[in-house]
Amino acid sequence: MKSNEIFERLIAEFPEDIISLNEDENSESFIYVNPRNIVEIMLFLRDENDLFFDYLSCLSGVDSKENLTVVYNLYSIQLKHRITIKADIPKENPSIATVEKVWLTADWHEREAWDLIGIKFEGHHNLIRILNPYDWEGHPLQKDYKTPEYYHGMRVPV
Amino acid sequence: MGFLDRLDKGLDPVGPDIMLGTVEDLLNWGRSKSDWYMHFGIACCAIEFMAVNAAHFDLMRFGAIPRASPRQADFIIISGTVTLKMAERIKRLYEQMAEPKYVFSMGSCANSGGPYWEHGYHVLKGVDRIIPVDVYVPGCPPRPEAFLEGMVQLQKKIRHQEIFRKREKMSPEDLKAIEDRKIEMEKQYQDYLADQKLKNQEIG
Repeated sequence: MKSNEIFERLIAEFPEDIISLNEDENSESFIYVNPRNIVEIMLFLRDENDLFFDYLSCLSGVDSKENLTVVYNLYSIQLKHRITIKADIPKENPSIATVEKVWLTADWHEREAWDLIGIKFEGHHNLIRILNPYDWEGHPLQKDYKTPEYYHGMRVPV
Repeated sequence: MGFLDRLDKGLDPVGPDIMLGTVEDLLNWGRSKSDWYMHFGIACCAIEFMAVNAAHFDLMRFGAIPRASPRQADFIIISGTVTLKMAERIKRLYEQMAEPKYVFSMGSCANSGGPYWEHGYHVLKGVDRIIPVDVYVPGCPPRPEAFLEGMVQLQKKIRHQEIFRKREKMSPEDLKAIEDRKIEMEKQYQDYLADQKLKNQEIG
């Protein structure tokens, strides 16, 4: 299935929540969606027979200065097609519903996005840090992150 | 001067089958040829270290035997990027090793932070910020030959070391630092015991 066909299917089902399709020959095409109904959209993508996105290749967080973005790279092992879904969320309240009930693999990916970017995944069963130490302060991959001077008595900067 | 260095210098033995030397030299000779190491592979340098251990470069011909426990090791090889999270574990392992102990810092990351020098919020800029390093091997990662050269340097260092009456020659400040550390560790141990007792009580 081509990305524009996937987009048509989505916009027929969720006319208010699908924002735009960005087709690029050199990279993967992506669809911007409204973060409001993300779980319903993902369930639709997973369960429809002609879409059948049974595999979440990657879930990442992005800080684009104005707002934070969650990127879902989806792939269908059976139908061999792929699509990227993006959802912008405001920096003041960076929260979005978890998709770990849709794909179990989202569990650790969401913990990573929380740890490094600071996106809160509402409903996640165990949203704790995964890479940084548990007592780390701040989310290091945010654009305005300041490196701490000391961590447990060890000097961090040069 | 080491035991073998005498032979290298061409000094004649005293008589047939007799060579005079100090006990210290003899012990150091034995110690330098039998270094057991604890390997602490934390990044890609550990991959290069596999080549050092394999048949082509064969680290074991230096008498270096891998141990999985700090209690049995003479030196520890830090091969890779030391993150702040791992640094505390490294320090604990180092403190668990028995004296005399040595530290081998392998590669740019362990030496100075390497590529994370400027922007690594999570990387310790050199393992010598937490434990004293004896041998630095440069490279990213170092060639096995570079590692073997470091091994030779470490043996040289051990061969020329004083092991008897070390304390008598120490400065008062160093001695005081050792005593202070002893008191601090004893306190930590007591705290740990108290903590355990409390936990056991909670479990009931």
